Amino acid sequence: MLHMLTHVQPQSKSNACLFTLGWRGIAGALPGAGKIASVTTPAPPDRLAWSAEMTAIRDLRDQQAFAALFGHFAPRIKGFLMRSGAAPDLAEECAQEVMATLWHKAHMFDPTKASVATWIFSIARNRLIDKIRKQRRPEPQDLPWGPEGEPDPADALALAQDTEKLAQALASLPEKQRKLIERAYFGDLSHSEIAAETGLPLGTIKSRIRLALDRLRHAMN
Amino acid sequence: MTDIRHHLTDALLMGYATGTLPEAFSLVVATHVSLCDDCRAQLGAYDAVGGAVMQTETAMMADDSLAATLALIARGDRTPVAKPHLGGIFPTPLQDYVGGDLDAVKWRRMGGGVSQALLKTDGGATVRLLRIPGGTAVPDHGHRGTELTLVLQGAFRDETSRFGIGDVEVANEDLNHQPVAEAGADCICLAATDAPLRFNAMVPRLAQRFLGI
Repeated sequence: MLHMLTHVQPQSKSNACLFTLGWRGIAGALPGAGKIASVTTPAPPDRLAWSAEMTAIRDLRDQQAFAALFGHFAPRIKGFLMRSGAAPDLAEECAQEVMATLWHKAHMFDPTKASVATWIFSIARNRLIDKIRKQRRPEPQDLPWGPEGEPDPADALALAQDTEKLAQALASLPEKQRKLIERAYFGDLSHSEIAAETGLPLGTIKSRIRLALDRLRHAMN
Repeated sequence: MTDIRHHLTDALLMGYATGTLPEAFSLVVATHVSLCDDCRAQLGAYDAVGGAVMQTETAMMADDSLAATLALIARGDRTPVAKPHLGGIFPTPLQDYVGGDLDAVKWRRMGGGVSQALLKTDGGATVRLLRIPGGTAVPDHGHRGTELTLVLQGAFRDETSRFGIGDVEVANEDLNHQPVAEAGADCICLAATDAPLRFNAMVPRLAQRFLGI
């Protein structure tokens, strides 16, 4: 069984070399984890496409759309879970469960509050806490569903673009800073070690979500 | 919703996004975020960083992975459905831990008119509900670690400011304070600490071992 982790660089145009990525011995410590190789792959296609596929899953139970999402996200979910300390088999199982949740909960996805990648991350993180760390995770109260119907495509587009810019900004951070952020999200830092000043453009994303929340509250009243 | 003036720190929101907070702190964060759209939006931004980080690594999936997932889907939705709000003053995450709203809390007297109810969590920090009658002071204390205090009913004041419904005070080692509940309704707070409080008078210090603070 060969479990390879591949490092993906969103901005891969200028950097096509292979390099090895070392981290806290996960590969060495886990039997069957196999050799870890890091390669660059082309940047993923337009993230908005994933939003269309989410709609196809939600409205049409479209298995082809699901297969496309699976092909892109399942290996990334599994990679994230392995980097967060999960054994390969458990990471595989959890990644499948996360993708099954995506199918069942597609109607809960709101592209004005999160990109597809962000939404999947939150499902994967919760699965990690529940099934791998075996901790209880209190979640914020669900927002009331407004009567406004379909989210505004312009808002969804703006949020998707800002999220794309965020991924590019993360990739272009100085390595030391980027590693620190990655370690925080892989659970390598305790909450007291976290430096919340990321140097990433979070303000625009926060403002967009805030606007979507304001609209929702307004529609409710 | 618009009256909240004291928010969570970015470090706490990021810690919650990364899933590394102790459960007791996560409960305070989830409860505050339920009340505060500003912090909910900021949390959304930290989740977006998680989405970006998640996209930087891939692992090879098993050969039959997609087919296995479709089979899993065919077995039906087994993800737990979020519980509906029961009405009352506690947001759903807190109702989950209490097993109901304010009327379901099992209060225990702490002395000085103050009551508490410890909520069961794992992971090195503790969280409790506090009920402080209007006009009553909580004993003067400092902190060894971090103390989060979220107001759910009434209000309190201390040396730093006034805290009303939805406000959260994030106190650390450099804050010594004596919170006083405002006159009127009981002040109900959700308070989490990751280290024992440091009381500045002998009597509460002696009582501390019995109260589990």
